[in-house]
Amino acid sequence: MAYSHDKNIIVEIIDLHKWFGSFHVLKGINLHVHRGERIVICGPSGSGKSTLIRCINRLEEHQKGKIIVDGIELTNNVKNIEKIRSEVGMVFQHFNLFPHLTVLENLTLGPIWVRKMPKKEAEEIAMHFLEKVHIVDQAHKYPGQLSGGQQQRVAIARSLCMSPKIMLFDEPTSALDPEMIKEVLDVMIELAQEGMTMIVVTHEMGFAKKVAHRVMFMDGGVIVESNPPEEFFSNPRHERTKLFLSQILH
Amino acid sequence: MEKGAEVKPPISDTTIAGWLKKNLFSTKLNSFLTIITLYYLWKTIPPFVKWAFLDSAWFTPPQMCRNIDGACWSVITKNIRFILFGFFPYDQQWRPLVAMLVLFGLLYYSKERHRWNRRLIYYWGVGLTIMAILMKGGIFGLTSVESTKWSGLPLTLLLSVFGLTAAYPLGVILALGRQSKMPAVKVLSIVYIELIRGVPLISLLFMGSIIFPLFLPEGITISKILRAQVAIILFTAAYIAEVVRGGLQAIPKGQYEAAASLGLNYYQTMRLVVLPQALKIVIPPTVSVLISAFKDTSLVVIIALYDVLKTTQTVLSDPHWMGFSREAYIFLAILYFLGCFSMSQTSRKLERELNIER
Ligand SMILES: Nc1ncnc2c1ncn2[C@@H]1O[C@H](COP(=O)(O)OP(=O)(O)OP(=O)(O)O)[C@@H](O)[C@H]1O
Ligand SMILES: [Mg+2]
Repeated sequence: MAYSHDKNIIVEIIDLHKWFGSFHVLKGINLHVHRGERIVICGPSGSGKSTLIRCINRLEEHQKGKIIVDGIELTNNVKNIEKIRSEVGMVFQHFNLFPHLTVLENLTLGPIWVRKMPKKEAEEIAMHFLEKVHIVDQAHKYPGQLSGGQQQRVAIARSLCMSPKIMLFDEPTSALDPEMIKEVLDVMIELAQEGMTMIVVTHEMGFAKKVAHRVMFMDGGVIVESNPPEEFFSNPRHERTKLFLSQILH
Repeated sequence: MEKGAEVKPPISDTTIAGWLKKNLFSTKLNSFLTIITLYYLWKTIPPFVKWAFLDSAWFTPPQMCRNIDGACWSVITKNIRFILFGFFPYDQQWRPLVAMLVLFGLLYYSKERHRWNRRLIYYWGVGLTIMAILMKGGIFGLTSVESTKWSGLPLTLLLSVFGLTAAYPLGVILALGRQSKMPAVKVLSIVYIELIRGVPLISLLFMGSIIFPLFLPEGITISKILRAQVAIILFTAAYIAEVVRGGLQAIPKGQYEAAASLGLNYYQTMRLVVLPQALKIVIPPTVSVLISAFKDTSLVVIIALYDVLKTTQTVLSDPHWMGFSREAYIFLAILYFLGCFSMSQTSRKLERELNIER
């Protein structure tokens, strides 16, 4: 299968299949993501959203099809995987900060050890991004001393410190109390406005309307529908999409 | 609580009577237990003090000890040099003494976590070299001393300090090996751990001292101490490995994923993210393993190494000093207790310091 050599495409997924044991989770996903593009993925629980974006930085291994990230195909080549992971930021539902390191150390770990940056420079960059996510004053605390919203913003800053070419978000706000969701979404919106390429799994439809170029609906391991937000919300084509939207929008 | 009790002011904790009531006489059963305990203590403590201190002899020749009711501490004081240094040449015994002081100094210095840096490794390097020179001699005008003459407390310390410091990293490596995705590494680690845990230390020591030399080419000998040392290291490492594995299993998958998504490789992930957390969780069981390994070094008596336990027993087999084993074993118990207690204290301190993170 040939794939395009368009430099504007950062992620290219061709006929992707993934099984957990004998359970067919992803059933032929095709997806092109352009640089600067922002995609929101929604869909019912178990539809394979997390699995799809986790395949992009090889936290999950796919069994069939191709994934090409920034011109490098994901294979078993460990060096390539590490290279791609260092270019792809990921934000998790449960933050996954390193509890034994301070906020600042969480942020500098990647730059120092992966980018081989001098400590001082890494710390300057870290402070810059902490400022960006509005928590400079917490730099020397440990993650356990922060609220969920603050932790998630630290996690975003940690990814940003690696100057990623694309950011993946897996339900970044669904483990947060309602009053903290906004502070995290605000940071993500600012990021979007600066032109960051993003793939976001979320059910925050307000966010999708505001920043997404495309909204995708996944169900049963396939992308059922993919359209710009105006179209997606006002004129869903498929019954399953309509049903899902009616459920989450009430 | 009864209704009426509410109006009475509570008996304050700060007065002695209040404290006694709250802690010792709060219920009938507790009062009863308190009284029983006090009676028991009264029956045992004064006689012990009388035996150990009031009626005891401290620096007398053995005959004098026969005429007293109390403890004969002279068995220790008169033989202290043999108990501590064994067969090390008498006029050279300052050397193991200085070596031990250097070791204690290094251990004490290493207690503070903020000193764990490159310079500490350098100090240990220098310290170990000095200790080796002192023990072995042969240069700087020091007469050479065969390692077969090393005995007593220096031997115990040698076996335990090196045994434990070498076993710990080996155990960590084995624990990682057991979790490895590479089948060969994994199987080897499992086989090693299970084999070693399946045999008593005594049999490993025997194997090291009797069977192992049979496989060596003629003319090559490896000192008995080294063989015992290796047996202790191999044995302790297997137990450390299982303790560490418990810690590794407690680290959530998300930590590995977060490390991976930054692009950290396997070694970086382990060293920077997983091990610092896992090893911290297992400090208490690790120290238990280390403490019991420290005490197990006394098993080397069975391959005729004269550690501090054996030198003490040797003194007791001297007809002059026969029969004073109580005093001798109390002394040994205190010695071992000091070692074990300082280990557990240090680990508690370490835990406290690491706990500020949460
Ligand atoms: N490691 C795994 N082993 C086996 N099955 C898995 C594993 N991870 C996910 N699955 C299964 O794969 C399916 C898709 O999971 P996935 O996490 O991608 O769903 P999702 O769309 O992200 O759902 P949610 O909204 O609940 O997060 C689910 O049925 C899940 O049970
Ligand atoms: Mg999910």
